[in-house]
Amino acid sequence: MNAAIEAEGLVKTYPGGVRALDGVGFRVAAGTIFGLLGPNGAGKSTTVKILTTLSRADAGTARVAGLDVGREPVAVRRAIGVVGQKNAVDGEATGRENLLLQGRLYGLRGRALSARVDDLLERFRLADAADRFAKGYSGGMQRRLDVALGLVARPQVLFLDEPTTGLDPEVRVAMWEEISTLAREEGLTILLTTHYLEEADQLASQLAIVDRGRIVAEGSPEQLKAELRGDRITIELDGDGVASVHEALARVGGVREVALDGRLLHARADQGARAVPAVLAALESEGVSVAAVTVARASLDDVYLRHTGRTFESADAGHAAPDGDGAAASAGEAGAAGETTASGSR
Amino acid sequence: MPIVLQHSWFMASRWLRALLRQPAWIVVTLVQPVIWLLLFGALFKSIVNLPGFGADNYADFLTPGIVVMTALFSAGWSGMGILQDYERGILDRFLVTPSSRIALLAGPLVQQAIVTIVQSLIIIGLGLAVAGASFPGGVPGALVVIVAAILLGMAIGALSNALALVVRKEETVIATVTSLTLPLSFLSGTFMALNLAPSWIADVAKFNPLQWAVVAGREALTSPDPDWGVVLSRLGLLALLLIACFAVATRAFRAYQRAA
Ligand SMILES: Nc1ncnc2c1ncn2[C@@H]1O[C@H](COP(=O)(O)OP(=O)(O)OP(=O)(O)O)[C@@H](O)[C@H]1O
Ligand SMILES: [Mg+2]
Repeated sequence: MNAAIEAEGLVKTYPGGVRALDGVGFRVAAGTIFGLLGPNGAGKSTTVKILTTLSRADAGTARVAGLDVGREPVAVRRAIGVVGQKNAVDGEATGRENLLLQGRLYGLRGRALSARVDDLLERFRLADAADRFAKGYSGGMQRRLDVALGLVARPQVLFLDEPTTGLDPEVRVAMWEEISTLAREEGLTILLTTHYLEEADQLASQLAIVDRGRIVAEGSPEQLKAELRGDRITIELDGDGVASVHEALARVGGVREVALDGRLLHARADQGARAVPAVLAALESEGVSVAAVTVARASLDDVYLRHTGRTFESADAGHAAPDGDGAAASAGEAGAAGETTASGSR
Repeated sequence: MPIVLQHSWFMASRWLRALLRQPAWIVVTLVQPVIWLLLFGALFKSIVNLPGFGADNYADFLTPGIVVMTALFSAGWSGMGILQDYERGILDRFLVTPSSRIALLAGPLVQQAIVTIVQSLIIIGLGLAVAGASFPGGVPGALVVIVAAILLGMAIGALSNALALVVRKEETVIATVTSLTLPLSFLSGTFMALNLAPSWIADVAKFNPLQWAVVAGREALTSPDPDWGVVLSRLGLLALLLIACFAVATRAFRAYQRAA
């Protein structure tokens, strides 16, 4: 398998002593979408900056498109497209002017350049707005222009740092479509970072979970979910649970990982729906009455929880988002630590 | 054409285009020089009657100084452009393309030079047409004034960019620029013959780049028989200054990239 990105043992400490990366390594096969998933401050952008030659690692090596990022940065820049976490559109210029300048920096000229720019404007549904100032674009349009800027020179590897953070849900879904179409039609290798478990699950064929500068889990979304074996059963009790429910449930076949958290009882079972009647019977025999039962398929939330010991929401809320837009991912009952994640039943 | 020059031109034209789209800003940058030249010039018209002043017409004396001072003032703001690019992530977007790094610094300076040419022509024209100046130095004299203004403007622009890349805060750049430009102007012979000024000011002015530009420009434009040794030595100093300032800016840019 041909690797488009190979990183090994990347370490980065910022002045001031923040250890942003603490030995990050992974491989991305050519032509695939790789997701780097992690909460605020995990080290996603730092990884992208090193792989795109913007920043240098203190230790470790990385190759992108077969080129060493430390030794051949200029060649790497020719092979990649980068869409940073921040919008990097020049608002004082039109969409077309933004693209033309970007193309010129890669050495494109004349008809080849204008054809490429027209193409991208069309493909990212910006043709009608092409000659308007970019500062008047909506957030979604600016983000599409950002992605188009990254693609001007037909890169082999595209880096997308949180391409959908801060976008409305519908706009986000549209962006997902664009990204998967891109990967399919152009045979691009894409490395994307995200806060959204759902996004990683939708787009990436392989993903790595980063937490505090380390990779804590890696695999396809299916593999990671399969690691958890089975479904999650969450039972809401009528009153506070008693310790005896543990024993009662332990006796039910196929049920494991029983945990009591106030009025919530968590357990895992290979076939969640089938286990429910026996679970309810066992609880009834202990005299415990039940308010609600939910059965959910394993989600990436669970994977995250299992590998980091924290729910994704609490990890995200724990860090103050430095640029203020990360909060979208952790809205709602953020901060409620413990096993209360109830989303992502896929 | 070498890549560095091509890319510098792309960057310069990007800045120029943005500037042309803000006609109001162009007018604003000309308000100050017009006030100095027309109001200040009229108010202090009879200063030339001071014994030993050495000029017959204050407008002749003042115009070359206002040209180079205007270049100094507008170049001081150069760093604000780079700072905006930094804040919007545009600088980093360019840094991950194969763009020439030097061009990212040189682009705003080329723009600065072009703006200076236009401003200088307007001020010289106003001096002639409205303030009643006459310039024995003619076209070669005007060229020297403009070259001096360009060298000074690019040097100060490079320093302003360096400052912006180091402090990365608009407030600091604004505070530094506003607190330096006016004192530099008054510690020079822009408004007053230095042989009539306190001697400490005359001494300080020897080391003031604005004064180098004033001396070169005034000698070439207003003297019927310019001393070209004086003119060329001052232009030479300005060229060295520009090289030094560009080196400083390059170092600041490298430091910026290393800190990423
Ligand atoms: N230029 C810098 N100087 C100092 N510290 C930095 C710098 N950039 C990032 N950090 C710190 O390094 C750590 C990792 O940051 P990074 O931006 O890589 O995280 P991230 O996963 O991209 O987070 P987010 O989801 O918020 O974008 C954080 O603690 C951050 O505060
Ligand atoms: Mg980030």
